[in-house]
Amino acid sequence: MSETTSQITPARAKPWNDPRVRSLVFQLVAIAGVMWGGWTLVDNTLANMEARGISTGFGFLEQSAGFGIIMSLIPYEATDSYGRTFWVGLLNTLLVSGLGIVAATLLGFMIGVARLSSNWLIAKLSLAYIEIIRNIPLLLQIFFWYFAVLRNLPSPRQSVELGGLFFLNNRGFYLPDPIALPGFGWVELALAIAIASVIALRIWAKRRQQATGQIFPTGKVSLAILVTLPVLAFLATGAPLDWTVPELRGFNFRGGITIIPELAALWVALSLYTASFIAEIVRSGILSVSKGQTEAARALGLRQGLTLRLVVIPQAMRVIIPPLTSQYLNLVKNSSLATAIGYPDLVSVFMGTTLNQTGQAVEVVAMTMAVYLTISLLISFVMNLYNRAVALKER
Amino acid sequence: MKKIFSLAAGTATLLGVVMAGNAMANTTLENIREKGHLQCGVTSGLPGFSQPDDKGNWTGIDVDTCRAVAAAIFGDASKAQFTPLTAKERFTALQSGEIDMLSRNTTWTLTRDASLGLNFAGVNYYDGQGFLVSRELGVSDATELDGATACIQAGTTTELNMADYFRTHGMEFNALVFDTSEQTVQGFAAGRCDVLTSDRSQLAALRSKLTDPNSAVILPTIISKEPLGPVVRQGDDQWFNIVKWTLFTQVNAEELGITSANVDEMKSSDNPSIQRLLGTDGDMGEKLGLSADFGYNIIKEVGNYGEMYNRNVGPGTPLDLERGLNALWTEGGIMYAPPVR
Ligand SMILES: N[C@@H](CCC(=O)N[C@@H](CS)C(=O)NCC(=O)O)C(=O)O
Repeated sequence: MSETTSQITPARAKPWNDPRVRSLVFQLVAIAGVMWGGWTLVDNTLANMEARGISTGFGFLEQSAGFGIIMSLIPYEATDSYGRTFWVGLLNTLLVSGLGIVAATLLGFMIGVARLSSNWLIAKLSLAYIEIIRNIPLLLQIFFWYFAVLRNLPSPRQSVELGGLFFLNNRGFYLPDPIALPGFGWVELALAIAIASVIALRIWAKRRQQATGQIFPTGKVSLAILVTLPVLAFLATGAPLDWTVPELRGFNFRGGITIIPELAALWVALSLYTASFIAEIVRSGILSVSKGQTEAARALGLRQGLTLRLVVIPQAMRVIIPPLTSQYLNLVKNSSLATAIGYPDLVSVFMGTTLNQTGQAVEVVAMTMAVYLTISLLISFVMNLYNRAVALKER
Repeated sequence: MKKIFSLAAGTATLLGVVMAGNAMANTTLENIREKGHLQCGVTSGLPGFSQPDDKGNWTGIDVDTCRAVAAAIFGDASKAQFTPLTAKERFTALQSGEIDMLSRNTTWTLTRDASLGLNFAGVNYYDGQGFLVSRELGVSDATELDGATACIQAGTTTELNMADYFRTHGMEFNALVFDTSEQTVQGFAAGRCDVLTSDRSQLAALRSKLTDPNSAVILPTIISKEPLGPVVRQGDDQWFNIVKWTLFTQVNAEELGITSANVDEMKSSDNPSIQRLLGTDGDMGEKLGLSADFGYNIIKEVGNYGEMYNRNVGPGTPLDLERGLNALWTEGGIMYAPPVR
């Protein structure tokens, strides 16, 4: 009996009956179909646009743009190319998104924690903040910050000034621009060394604490290192830094750094709005950590702040990260509302003016969509890495 | 976000129409007749040019240009319907077939004519770019504007002229770009800009929107040529001709002294030019694919060019613009139409 069974090997299934082969074939066919469909779409569109006298192709990126942009992180002149307007817009989008993510996260965590405070007033104030801010459309909030604030600022000739260095008026906030003189490299080097030693110090302090239980005042010492080293280098090299101070010439201030009101309004609106959602996410994250954890930590003698920082938040993070990621993605996409108040982000500059001056809608919209897709995928990717790092490790 | 979607949607329609386009055998005129109305792209609200009144009826010289075309096709000017468009949206809307013609203070330039798949069908207003500044600034000439911040509308020739002008005069400027004229005016009113720059006719219109129009002045400087006119899609010459000759008919009518008031008497005129224009003689309409009396209908329903001008932007209206360049060639202007024959 056993002999016979061992000899009968089941007949190898015919490839068209093998589920694995089948599924592979079907998937290949599906992919080929999608690719063929996409290609036909593109090819057909281009051919038809050509036939209708609409210019196509990416050649326009090299032509000179011929229009001005109010704010740029890289040097830009009207004689530069359309391709450069893409980068100018992209950097402005990244700037406001980056600033927004940082501010919204800090504010959101603070309000989320305050929402759970045992202090009645603080808890209710946070609740009011969340309910008001997240229920008013973002565009209205942007207009509010823009026009309400703008109307109350003085004209350049009546600027509010601070020590002849800082000026605030309805054209923006002007501050001195530092210019590095030769020798400033030493200060940068000192800063780099300071950062490296702080990292080393932290690792050492953690090891020591794990081994001996002694706590080292890392915070204070790190701060001291970070400040003293660069300052000493700065003084030793004879303060190699110069400033261009903004000054009123004609209509406006020139020189120095300008923070335009459009950037400020957009940043404030995006941060406040997104913070209200993050606060709720943080609250639900904290509530998801079982009460026993807090009680155990307190029983071990940890103070309230430490309980929150060392026990509750790390566990809450697992619940917080995924929805936090989508808030970041929302913030980046919402930043395109910039165009309503004239902040020169990618949508305003590239998909607005450049598209219109060249008429190459398909190319410009495709490039813009690709950018937003890339930024979103990058954020998701980074947040997923972080999520994996903090996720519950089953041991 | 909304803008991304609207533009993306516009592009999607563009793609769609472009792909389906070749199968569509109907001419634009046939399509319009079938729909029963003419769909016309205008501004989102610019006094004198295209602006809805409190009952939602559109008025303005660009609106009348469309209504004249509707009168030529249907013998009924009220068969024109309007789609408000910002400067940024206008060409996509025309290319995608969302509108049949664009009549939205649009400057005729080589790039627009040659690379967008569109054709300009004439000029209904000769304009030039100028500057509106707050009176208290005490500026009297554009060359004093070095370092100024300007509020501009996105997607216009204005943006480009501005940069050219300041560069050739060795001056610096900051361009603050808004989507709609409403926002542009608000930015200027809030003191964010020193100047608002646009076509001069539009400056007059926008100035009339300020709470105190007298607080701002229009500088005498003109920095560009802005011939504004109706636009159609390329590739349908019959349609192109209809729009073009509707405007020419209005200009010729003014030259011949035909008005909406006397057009019925003029029908019995024995001047052959008038007879051809009003369709009492010849087959001018047939050549365009229209009825013989299309010229009569245009004048009866909308009036000649001068009437259209005076009613919407001329002296006595809030815009109060002299005819200037827009006077007939016989009266010192450059409004000139080829003969109807
Ligand atoms: N003629 C210029 C400018 C046309 C234009 O858009 N002008 C503005 C004036 S600020 C306008 O009409 N805006 C009205 C609107 O956006 O609805 C062009 O064709 O580019």
